[in-house]
Amino acid sequence: MSGLPQEAPTTVPGRAEGPEPSDRADTAPEAARLAPGATGAAARVTAAAPETTAAAPEMTYVYAVGRDPAALEELAARTPGVDGGPLRAVRDGELVALVSSVPAGSFDEGGLHAQLEDLARLEALARAHHAVVDAAFAAATVLPMRLATVYLDDSRAREVLVREAARLGRLLDLLDGQVELGLKVYADAAAARRPAAAPTAAGPGRAYLQRRRTEQRQSRDLYREAAQLAEEAARLADSLARARVVHRPQQGELAATRAENIANEAYLVPAGSAAAFRDRLTALAADTPGVFVEVTGPWAPYSFTDSPVPEATGGPR
Amino acid sequence: MTSVHPAPGDRPAAHPAAGPPVALIDLLDRLLQGGAVLTGDLVLSIADVDLVHIDLRAVIRSLDADNPGPW
Repeated sequence: MSGLPQEAPTTVPGRAEGPEPSDRADTAPEAARLAPGATGAAARVTAAAPETTAAAPEMTYVYAVGRDPAALEELAARTPGVDGGPLRAVRDGELVALVSSVPAGSFDEGGLHAQLEDLARLEALARAHHAVVDAAFAAATVLPMRLATVYLDDSRAREVLVREAARLGRLLDLLDGQVELGLKVYADAAAARRPAAAPTAAGPGRAYLQRRRTEQRQSRDLYREAAQLAEEAARLADSLARARVVHRPQQGELAATRAENIANEAYLVPAGSAAAFRDRLTALAADTPGVFVEVTGPWAPYSFTDSPVPEATGGPR
Repeated sequence: MTSVHPAPGDRPAAHPAAGPPVALIDLLDRLLQGGAVLTGDLVLSIADVDLVHIDLRAVIRSLDADNPGPW
């Protein structure tokens, strides 16, 4: 992981002024659409506020949902959540949500915007979220929640378990015994560069041009080879996986490598095939200088929480 | 940003491949786009969060443009 430059956090919040009005404009109809029933999400917050103002107001942050109460309750007793807050298990029947309390002020709309736009804070939040999800994933089949899934209190979170029980159960069935693996293909021009032949041209100007042309040709070759290898890798990975999701190629300071990310994908793979997936995919680029394959994971199935397995066999979605 | 690693959990080594610490960028790929979205009585509408994510992506890209890597 790379650090961002020190000045990054200060350049980030500056953007807040710009998009603000359009955020507001978009929010209201969206909230109304997403919160079924007569009251929108904002109205619910207002309505419940008097109950929670007595002490320091807190809300319920949900990390993951699973179906193994014994394992998840045991885990909750020994795992910290965001900012070290103790975890608890919110239950309805066999469904369990792993949650912790977070300060309402930091996780209401304004607080959450501020947190997610401060990259140091975002990292702390993401790592705390992931630590809980990953521990739960080691203990049971779980459905990871998106970052910063926050309910007014435990009873609201439990209501969702009740209402969504059928869907959650179906997703957990599909994810049972599966892990997510990340597959990334890179092109590294520096590693691909063959030692330059001694210039045959006379004079420094001609030698320079000759060298430039050689570098350009090598670069074109490298990207062509990397693209071919990425296709080959996707075919092989598909044959070993139940489902596939394509992420954006990684770029920017956080990408932390001199190589260029050509492909960035996630595959849902039976846990028993994970080692073979890793071995076969990483071996694929062994004979292609300047191109390499990285397999990450096993991850909790973050990328497969919508409908993890398409109707037919696991092809591209 | 000095990278702070809150201990990635004191879970026992139940995973077949408990490797090096997870790269933040791999984590953000998953936590900002993946993860189940349960609505119901959610405090925040998902739309709010998605807007933040779009800003964040733009920020990451603009940092890249302003501060190209050393290569």
